[in-house]
Amino acid sequence: MNANIDIDFNNLKTTGIKVNYLYVCERKLWLFDRGIQMESRSDKVLMGKLLGDNSYLREDKKEILIDNLINIDIVGDDEIREVKYSNRLAHADRIQILYYLYYLKQLGIEKRGVINYPKMRKREEIALTSEAEREVEIALMRVKEILMLNKPPQLQRKPYCTKCAYYEFCWG
Amino acid sequence: MGRPYYIFSNGRIKRKENTVYIENENGDKKAIPVEDIDTIHLYGEVDLNTKLLNFLSQQNKIVHVYNYYGFYAGSFMPRDRNVSGELTVRQVEHYLDPERRFFIAFSFVEGAMFHMIRNLREYKDTLEFQEKIKTELANASETKSINELMGCEGRARDAYYQAFNTILNNGFSIEKREKRPPGNPVNALISFANSMIYSTVLSEIYHTQLNPTISYLHEPRERRYSLSLDIAEIFKPLIADPVIFKLVNNNMIRLEDFDEDVNCCYMNETGRKKFLKEFDQKLTTTIKHRKLKRNVSYRTLIRLECYKLIKHLIGDELYTPFKAWW
Repeated sequence: MNANIDIDFNNLKTTGIKVNYLYVCERKLWLFDRGIQMESRSDKVLMGKLLGDNSYLREDKKEILIDNLINIDIVGDDEIREVKYSNRLAHADRIQILYYLYYLKQLGIEKRGVINYPKMRKREEIALTSEAEREVEIALMRVKEILMLNKPPQLQRKPYCTKCAYYEFCWG
Repeated sequence: MGRPYYIFSNGRIKRKENTVYIENENGDKKAIPVEDIDTIHLYGEVDLNTKLLNFLSQQNKIVHVYNYYGFYAGSFMPRDRNVSGELTVRQVEHYLDPERRFFIAFSFVEGAMFHMIRNLREYKDTLEFQEKIKTELANASETKSINELMGCEGRARDAYYQAFNTILNNGFSIEKREKRPPGNPVNALISFANSMIYSTVLSEIYHTQLNPTISYLHEPRERRYSLSLDIAEIFKPLIADPVIFKLVNNNMIRLEDFDEDVNCCYMNETGRKKFLKEFDQKLTTTIKHRKLKRNVSYRTLIRLECYKLIKHLIGDELYTPFKAWW
């Protein structure tokens, strides 16, 4: 086990999607956490789900739910894989899978990470370096901080706002 | 995102595989892909079974039912997946605090009166009525209680309906607003139009996390989804009334489109069809939204209003009622 950990991991545990949203938009993270969700009405989210359901059909271990909390797309012998539609938010996809690797490591399981972009015929390998571990820890603390806020973080215009399921909510 | 379907014929609705079939009395079948449905409005006498309801529930589709007279009777709403405990708590919090409740209630009244005046401005000889509404709006801002606020709203609405006599041609007139039951064609039209706005708003609320029973202007005790009544205030004069004016003044709807019983007048099937055709067209009409810089339909405006209310309740952005700017 990692000796460097001085954070209370049990208290910081969260879902992968929230860690992902931290890098996408802090406001979205807050709203999503409070159950103010728009994803069910988003065609993009539906496309992502269909892609996940219809890719890598030969794999046995798909959608593995661990501790009723983190949901890993595909679990292989040495690797875990996350399937994504596009790499437009690659930095957010990366922290999500790093978090899964980190989480598994706490359980004593060491694997490599892969992000698959089947539509783009691309894959990216992700390794949990000690630097990356620190990054995950900072991210987890930041998630916690944001979720403690009494109201959603301020609006911030991002280049992908218009594609977001929350666009009409935030800007209307 | 689907659209509303309005079903007048008697017959049966059923599920066959992943398609909804509407079968009328003569055995004519019409298939509707489920993705194309948002809401089903039933006016006819229709048989359906749990297999269909389970399917609609799974697909998150709403069914609104209207009685023989075209009045809203109730809805089948799929199990609510859109729950946010946090938002419900804040909705209640804003109801319980008199000041916060008044702020929201007044906003609804303000939006409603703004659109009433806006409608009247389009017509000659309505100035005195506009003035009356303006006076009541000014009074309303001075009031302290929801009761007084409701009083102002009621008087403004009386003046507004009086103006209908100046606006409406072709032998249509209204002495006073009667609801239960409507006594003449104009009252019948208004009642039908209002129930359509009510169920349309309810459908939009349903797609958000708002709890439709917790309201601010109307009392949650009204044994209805009273938040729908609240938000409908803003949209009745914006969406429903212009449709009424158009149908009556262009001679599209006539006195023959109404049936009268003892003491009761209601629109018959041809009348309802004419209304709904125009109403649906209005709902799908788009305008360029100034903030979103996107074309949005009138129906989407209702949804956006729900979003604005949510933002107010969670302390994100102060609510201001929608006011048409064009």
